[in-house]
Amino acid sequence: MNTGIPIQYFLIVSTFMFFAGIFGFITRKNLITILMSVELILNSVNINFVVFNNYLFPGQLQGHFFALFIIAVAAAEAAVAIAIIINIYRHFNTIDIEDVDEMKF
Amino acid sequence: MTATQIMFYIFAAMIAVFSVLAVTSRRILRAATFLLFVLVSTSGLYFMLNYEFLAAVQLTLYVGGIVVLIIFSILLTSHINQKFEPVKTSKIIYGVIAALSGLVLCLTTILQYEFKAGDLAAKEVNMQVIGKSLLNYGDSGYALPFEVISILLLAAMIAAIVIAKRNKKNSTTDNNK
Repeated sequence: MNTGIPIQYFLIVSTFMFFAGIFGFITRKNLITILMSVELILNSVNINFVVFNNYLFPGQLQGHFFALFIIAVAAAEAAVAIAIIINIYRHFNTIDIEDVDEMKF
Repeated sequence: MTATQIMFYIFAAMIAVFSVLAVTSRRILRAATFLLFVLVSTSGLYFMLNYEFLAAVQLTLYVGGIVVLIIFSILLTSHINQKFEPVKTSKIIYGVIAALSGLVLCLTTILQYEFKAGDLAAKEVNMQVIGKSLLNYGDSGYALPFEVISILLLAAMIAAIVIAKRNKKNSTTDNNK
């Protein structure tokens, strides 16, 4: 696909997004913001799949379909994670990870 | 500079700025909104690469599904005007070191490697091709992952209901809290 943009530019953008997610994952304390960082990381990997498919193997569609499946997995993961977070909130009345330090058993 | 390039730079700048803001903003609802902007710009990149279906899925599932879910759970679990306390400086330093070292490593690798562009003609991705490949079990067919994803979604749905359901035995004690 001739868009006039080198493939490296796309990769730089997705790498930046990935490490922004890593930074958030390390520094955040709220469970929901950690989940948002994970979404950022998943999304940046998705960009990589799509761009490699489009630039390096334009005759095939593997990257495209893998990106589709990753989006579905991310949706499932977010649903379960938010159910767990709401349950934790009911139990501890907070979702700050420093206060959630007890397991059930 | 062509229109595509200008569009790409706009999307890239939006992604860079808003992804940093999404992980550093001290108001949680604003962070969710910045995440929304990042996801919308990503779907813009997909539109630029002529993957219209993927871009539409990104818009409906990520922006319409996951971000709305996140915002609902934010409203359930925290006060809207609540502001996070500033992060500890040592934690910020560790985070910056981890992120920057990884970024430098990956960027040097990417910029050194010479990518060989594929010389095949680009395959047009229309709905017919997508539907046929998703249900095709032969060559370049994705019937198995498609079925596995359907089972995963069913399991996730059941798990979300079971986990988030209020336990009847404990409901009285929960109300006393």
